[in-house]
Amino acid sequence: MRPIELFTQVLEVAAALLAAPLYLGWVNQCRAWLQNRSAPSVLQVYRGIRKLFHKDAIIAAGASPLFRLAPYVVFGTMVAAAAIIPSMGTRLPFATAADAIALVGLFATARVFISLAAMDIGTPFGTLGARREMMVGFLAEPALLIVIFVASLISMTTALPLISERLATQALSLSPSLAFTAVAFTMVLLAENARIPIDNPATHLELTMIHEAMLLEYSARHLALMEWAAALKLFNYTCVGFALFIPWGAAMGEAGPLELLGAIPILALKLAVAGVALALIETVSAELRVFRAPEFLATAFLFAVLGLLVHILLGG
Amino acid sequence: MSAILGSPLSAILLVLCAWLVVGLAGLLRPNSAAFACRLLYPLGALLALALAGLGLWGLLDSPLQLTPALAAAQQLTLPIGLPDLPMHLRCDALSSVFLVLLGGAAAGISIFGAGYFRGPQGTPAGLLCLQYHLFLASMGFVLLADDAYSFMVAWETMALSSYFLVVTDHRVAEIRKAGFLYLVIAHVGAIGILLSFGVLQGGSWQFTFDAMRAAQLAPAAAGAAFLLALFGFGAKAGLVPFHVWLPEAHPAAPSPVSALMSGVMLKMAVYGMLRVSFDLLGGLNWWWGLVPITLGLFSALYGIVFAAAQTDMKRLLVDREHRHPVHRDRACARVSRRRHAGARGARLARRALSRDQPRVHEEPAVPRDRSRAPRHRRTALGPSRRFDPPHALGRLAHARGGARDCGAAAAQWFRLPEWLLLQAFLFSHEVAHSFVNMLLPMGAGLIALVAALAGYVMVKFFGVIFLGQARESGLAQAHDPGLLERAGLVWLALACLALGLVPAQVIAALSRVGEQLRIGALPQGGTPWWLLVPISDRQASYAPLGFLLLISTTVLLTMMFVGLLYHRRVSRVPAWDCGFGPLNARMQDTAEGFGQPIRQLFEPFFAMQRHLPTPFDAEPRYQVTIGDPIWNRLYAPLKPLVMRVAGGFYWLQSGRISTYLLYAFVTLIVL
Repeated sequence: MRPIELFTQVLEVAAALLAAPLYLGWVNQCRAWLQNRSAPSVLQVYRGIRKLFHKDAIIAAGASPLFRLAPYVVFGTMVAAAAIIPSMGTRLPFATAADAIALVGLFATARVFISLAAMDIGTPFGTLGARREMMVGFLAEPALLIVIFVASLISMTTALPLISERLATQALSLSPSLAFTAVAFTMVLLAENARIPIDNPATHLELTMIHEAMLLEYSARHLALMEWAAALKLFNYTCVGFALFIPWGAAMGEAGPLELLGAIPILALKLAVAGVALALIETVSAELRVFRAPEFLATAFLFAVLGLLVHILLGG
Repeated sequence: MSAILGSPLSAILLVLCAWLVVGLAGLLRPNSAAFACRLLYPLGALLALALAGLGLWGLLDSPLQLTPALAAAQQLTLPIGLPDLPMHLRCDALSSVFLVLLGGAAAGISIFGAGYFRGPQGTPAGLLCLQYHLFLASMGFVLLADDAYSFMVAWETMALSSYFLVVTDHRVAEIRKAGFLYLVIAHVGAIGILLSFGVLQGGSWQFTFDAMRAAQLAPAAAGAAFLLALFGFGAKAGLVPFHVWLPEAHPAAPSPVSALMSGVMLKMAVYGMLRVSFDLLGGLNWWWGLVPITLGLFSALYGIVFAAAQTDMKRLLVDREHRHPVHRDRACARVSRRRHAGARGARLARRALSRDQPRVHEEPAVPRDRSRAPRHRRTALGPSRRFDPPHALGRLAHARGGARDCGAAAAQWFRLPEWLLLQAFLFSHEVAHSFVNMLLPMGAGLIALVAALAGYVMVKFFGVIFLGQARESGLAQAHDPGLLERAGLVWLALACLALGLVPAQVIAALSRVGEQLRIGALPQGGTPWWLLVPISDRQASYAPLGFLLLISTTVLLTMMFVGLLYHRRVSRVPAWDCGFGPLNARMQDTAEGFGQPIRQLFEPFFAMQRHLPTPFDAEPRYQVTIGDPIWNRLYAPLKPLVMRVAGGFYWLQSGRISTYLLYAFVTLIVL
């Protein structure tokens, strides 16, 4: 492991940890502007997390150790995921240990733990949230995997940094298969991060909620970790999207520290644009009934499969 | 003594005979459960461990290049059986792998059984012990058999002994029915295998496997032999549409037996399939791969969807097991296709890969399931608990030891099987037929769906059984499993963990099988021991240890930082109830409720009968029963047909002498 690789690794994880709440704050701010509300500060998410960390934890009487462990596991897996997603540089030592399929497995691990923790207390909201989360998850996961398959069939590898590198170095032509899968990926991103057509992150205590229903029993530092993990998840998904569909700008291959530093503002720019786009999508679409969610995700799956077929048939 | 222990085969034979002796010893004190449980089952477990060790020896000892002289060293002929039909035995790399599986699994399950069988069963303890060890030994003989005759004898012994084990609680009518269904399908399958061997001998009328290898078959005959074998072994492995016995027989059997059946006996069918298609048949045809691959994928989806909607947890496990034979069949499938590609000049390394990769992930998949099956029974409420509604078993789980968590971890964190399978599906699109080419990535998509559904089923299984408020009043009397039961489970869970953590070594050992079957092996040179690189030029790699280290480091660091930087005060309060009085257990999801989205989404898969309450019902009741449409469409129409045929036979066998004379007359005319 060379020092520069280690530096890239540390930089990426640190950037993810610090920038994820900022990114979420930015999306929230854009949403507020688009909806003609007075916007909260970009730093609001940090403040929320800080406040929660300082509070006394309250835990339901019947909670098992699993309930207390879950926030740490969920947060830990999200940090681990950030370590193998090439957001700024592609020479990541940890990416040798886990490829894109393992990354999907990491997300699934987090999902399983958060759902089990939700079922632990035995409240109606908790099990409702867990059931819905698993439903969304089992539909979104295959779509995400097929999106990754298409990219890896094009680049002939399943290691995410290498996919990113090879897609960036090929000629600047939009391949039709990637266009299809980009649509599918966006839909999966919305569903997996509890964004609007599937779940509304701004609501609390509604019968339609999914993510919030699972967190109802959490408080204080556990809740802070869960919220931070949710921000990290959004950040991670967005960075996977960058790696697959707009890989340009990241430091490729044997890049020096200067290229790496140059990649920081480019990532910030991409995130800013992505945040606006996300807020725009959420503003112009309405939340779906829970039973329409499978249709939405089946559409995503279909788009991904179309991308795959286009790649196989047209070779593009 | 040294001569006997000189080769793995004779030592293995000794262990198998020792199993028989242990079983017979049970008859000394047929009604003493303590004798069987304190002495015989642990003894059987020790023998199983020895068998696993010997199997490993046999595997590592098997030569990479098989010359006739070396092959002869692996063989043994016993002068037992019918005149002129001695038993031929052989222990090669393929058998050894399955012997390791048999030994390793049986060790854990026997220890578990030592705890489990203490209570009164329907069958006397000594007899049960005999049946159990006969079952184990017959599976060993299936693996060693080197001619069709001894194979069929061992196969039938296995089927019969497992039948008696399934109907242990034979006083329950439903269990007798399930056992009968199992017996029927096992025998229909056995006919398929027998006919397949009949085709394989190719006119030489020599039924040793050596003769079958040497026989030159016409393509049509080879295809027929393959399909017959697929039918025969598929019936045992529970491939859809021959799966109907699985969800009936497994819940009927006592837990250790059900674990043995799913973890080991089903894999015997896979062994048979591999033996027939790669060893005995040789030159494979490309469409042979396509049939099992399609059936297998469909079985996987069908099984997992049923598992998701299942409310009887033991059935759920069975449905999940559908997935596993499938892995194996896909293995065969892949290889045969691969062989075809190979014939067209695809690269050798790839061929190798496809053989070994899927094989390996079956390995972890198997114990994973095994450790599940008994685990479920840990929460047993009594002998009749098959009929208990399974949405039970809440709080008591919390005090549980490590085994459960290991299992869960193994299932989720080391998703090695899926990983390898997906890799295999993804990078194998160099088959000559473009149509097949197109289907393969679709298969990968289907596997992704099945894997994701498996996650759903796991959360349902764990969450409904172990988490939340106690869902049943009977739980107050539930007790934790005994020490022996836990030990067995820990052993199996550790085996899963080991397989998940050091896959590269397992694959390297398994490449010998590939070598032996002339399919090639996985290139393993030049990569560090902790890294799994199935196809080097694709640059896909996976390091389970590193992955685990990464996750645990981040989790531990998080805990450390949060613990250091902030206070750890915690106060306990009742769960939030929306301000409407206390929460009760009925407010949680039942297994039924948790499976509801799946039932909604995959409605065509189920033959569903629903009774919904109207708004005006004074006592609203909701009821839904789920049936298997394959049973209704395929097996139900068969019933009158079978009855008619049986009626015809009854007429023939009425005992009138004139009819029998007519037989003799017609036979003479025909001859």
